[in-house]
Amino acid sequence: MARSKAAIERLVGMDDLLEVQGVSKRFRGLLAVDDVTFRVPQGSIFAVIGPNGAGKTTLFNMIAGVIKPDCGRIALAGARVEGCRPDEICRRGIGRTFQLVRPFPALSVEDNVVIGAMLHRRDARAARGHAREVLERLDLIGKRSQIASTLTLPDRKRLELARALATDPKLLLLDEVMAGMRPGETDRMVSVLGELNRAGGLTILLIEHVMRAVVALAGRVLVLHHGAAIAEGPPEAVMREPAVVQSYLGAEALA
Amino acid sequence: MHRLAGVYGALAILLALLCAVPFFADDYLLTVLITILYLAYVGQAWNVMMGFAGQLSLGHAIYVGLGAYAAAVLYVRFGIAPWIGMLAAIAIAAACGALIGYLAFRFGVGGVYFAILTIAFAEFARIGFDHFGWVGASAGFFLPVANYARNDLWNLRGDPAMFYYVMLALAAAAFALCHALLRSRTGYYWQAIREDEEAARSLGIDTFRYKMIAVVISGAMTAVAGVFFAFYYNNLFPEQVFNISRSIEMILGPIIGGIGAPFGPIIGAFLLTGASELMQNILAAIGFDVPGAKQVFYGVALLVVVIVLPGGVWPWLAARLRLSAS
Amino acid sequence: MPAAIYLNVAISGLLTGLVYGLMALGLSVIFGVVRVVNFAHGEMMAIAMYLAIVLFNTLGLDPLVLVIPLAGVLFVLGYALQAGIINPFISRPEHSQFILLVAIAIVITNALLIVFGPDARSVQTSYSFDSFAIGPLIVDATKVYAAAGTIVIAAALFAFFRFAPAGKAIRACADNYTGALVVGLDVKRLYALTFGLGAACVGAAGSMLVLLIDVTPALGPAYTLLAFIIVITGGLGSMPGALLGGVLIGLAEALAGLFFTPSAKSMFSFALLVLILLLRPQGLLARRA
Repeated sequence: MARSKAAIERLVGMDDLLEVQGVSKRFRGLLAVDDVTFRVPQGSIFAVIGPNGAGKTTLFNMIAGVIKPDCGRIALAGARVEGCRPDEICRRGIGRTFQLVRPFPALSVEDNVVIGAMLHRRDARAARGHAREVLERLDLIGKRSQIASTLTLPDRKRLELARALATDPKLLLLDEVMAGMRPGETDRMVSVLGELNRAGGLTILLIEHVMRAVVALAGRVLVLHHGAAIAEGPPEAVMREPAVVQSYLGAEALA
Repeated sequence: MHRLAGVYGALAILLALLCAVPFFADDYLLTVLITILYLAYVGQAWNVMMGFAGQLSLGHAIYVGLGAYAAAVLYVRFGIAPWIGMLAAIAIAAACGALIGYLAFRFGVGGVYFAILTIAFAEFARIGFDHFGWVGASAGFFLPVANYARNDLWNLRGDPAMFYYVMLALAAAAFALCHALLRSRTGYYWQAIREDEEAARSLGIDTFRYKMIAVVISGAMTAVAGVFFAFYYNNLFPEQVFNISRSIEMILGPIIGGIGAPFGPIIGAFLLTGASELMQNILAAIGFDVPGAKQVFYGVALLVVVIVLPGGVWPWLAARLRLSAS
Repeated sequence: MPAAIYLNVAISGLLTGLVYGLMALGLSVIFGVVRVVNFAHGEMMAIAMYLAIVLFNTLGLDPLVLVIPLAGVLFVLGYALQAGIINPFISRPEHSQFILLVAIAIVITNALLIVFGPDARSVQTSYSFDSFAIGPLIVDATKVYAAAGTIVIAAALFAFFRFAPAGKAIRACADNYTGALVVGLDVKRLYALTFGLGAACVGAAGSMLVLLIDVTPALGPAYTLLAFIIVITGGLGSMPGALLGGVLIGLAEALAGLFFTPSAKSMFSFALLVLILLLRPQGLLARRA
């Protein structure tokens, strides 16, 4: 159902959900992000990859409102958001997770998600209802009374995902969400994210190192190196480009 | 779930018992209970900032002092009743809290530095009032005490039993307020901020705004205690009212009882005052009633509790009774 | 007033400030490394001061002679306190640490009250009223000796942290706790050593301060607070900063005492503290993070 909706939207020429244009950031002597431009279409999954130090995290943080870009523009559904504070970014419709998971440790799984749900629902009961729906969708409902700090890492990642989803985001930013997980757990997360995208129409931007996940999920990939974009396109095509192979993937990845 | 109903049932019985106390208690017991209820109240007020929003204030005496002086001066100089003067007290304390909060949060002062900032403000107020001639400076400010035939609730003049009921009502109201706040969106947001401020921001929470709300509510609530303080003790000395030991005394209850839950400050107040009085009596009985003796044992008891029960008594108790700790 | 009076007051404040600085140095070392707010700092100094008085009265030992021994005693006390009681609290939230040290402070203050009573005590040495005349200036001998002692001890401490292996290890802990663990440093022992050193500073400062002020059991909290003002003004983790802060505060208080009533002078310290916390919380001389 949602797939055909997305297809119709493309035909009708819907705006890209996220536009990043000419964004740069310099830290004293280091040009961390160098004039990066890309668009994320509504309903798609977009991945940003590259070696460590390529500027992925800085780029991520600029979209998430943690850092202000030196120049350039970032727009969500046409409205400019560069320079907004993180809480403002969320209110505009961008949800995010953290590279080193940060659930609220002393609170229960359910309360964690309730807090996310309260962004658009003042009433505690309504928020709790929505939180339960989200927990159901992510198969965490059975653990809803458990205290967050007692969860395993994959569960904590799903909790953080649930919490961000509860804010009803239009765009979800994922910061190396596959890191530290075993292949089986990665596959599970991939299927969860794929489902959210297909059935829920959720647009996702992910920073990722785990190529298995990138290939399985992303419709388009952007490769960063030394802060600049060196390739963009569908994953299979990008991964074969010589520049990308040389700077990041290594010849073995092609085998 | 029915265990929780059991706790509320127990609370209701406790409240009923407390209401009945003045009928069979002597003035000494009433005084002790007033102290307990006072500490439970201010502990609850302080807990809003610390236990809910995670901001450590070590200068909370400033709000007591500001509230006390505001209401006292309005009463003595302008004949304004304390219940009206309370509004001024709340306004002044709220403004002070807003100032401290604004300075601290806008400039990114947190943790230990914030705590020291609050100490600095309280000390500044103490010395300032020491030189504030219009309210008596260091010589003190006095409310007229007269032997009234009957209690005057409107002007807070009366016998210990009257003050007891006022304090009991305030403590109960504070408990109810905190309980309600915790279950509101503001309460949830406070907990999020306390747990992880950056993660809270990523969920759309305007952390500056909510921290300010906590500071202002906490300060305003504490100022009401200040009004009570002024009319109960009838004399105000900056050295005593704004003193750092007042600030410390205020927070022992919640820390020992348990930060974050409305039960914590109440349990803490009962345990601490009870222990203090018990020690006083024991020492008198064995003849070692030297100045400082009681405090030494008090300090040791504090040490032991904080080492053995780092989260406070209430979480430990709640775990024993198998309830959730909030 | 003639300029000489301002100068006299200023120099007096400066010298006393140096001793305050030594006391604050102890706190800076402790907070800078162990990251615990030592709310019993002033109380530990009170212990040293009372010990100095007792030894002076019973054995006739001059406080300046007692500086090293008392520093040693306080070192042991600080080491034991850290290793024995405070260590598990390092990872606990700030309010827990705070209560722990406040409890310790309460015990110390009141134990002193029981043993020595509430009356002020002081030490009268043969040179208590001597002074040096340098041109138009008249400087108290006690203050000069105390300041000189401070400089010697501070220099010894700087040298320790600069050159001694243990000193460098402590600095490593302060800079990077995890790194220190990884490299195999015995952090627990180093923390205890640090606390001991901080306490030793306070012991030395107390031994000298006894020549300058009267002692009561209640002076603990006031000096703890003063130490904090100085450390924050001068900068955490900066040893010269602590001394500089002490000098500035001593100076400010002395001069403010001239222009305003003496009791209002500490308002300036607190106003200064608020300003520093807001504008430059890392202090005047702190290294850039």
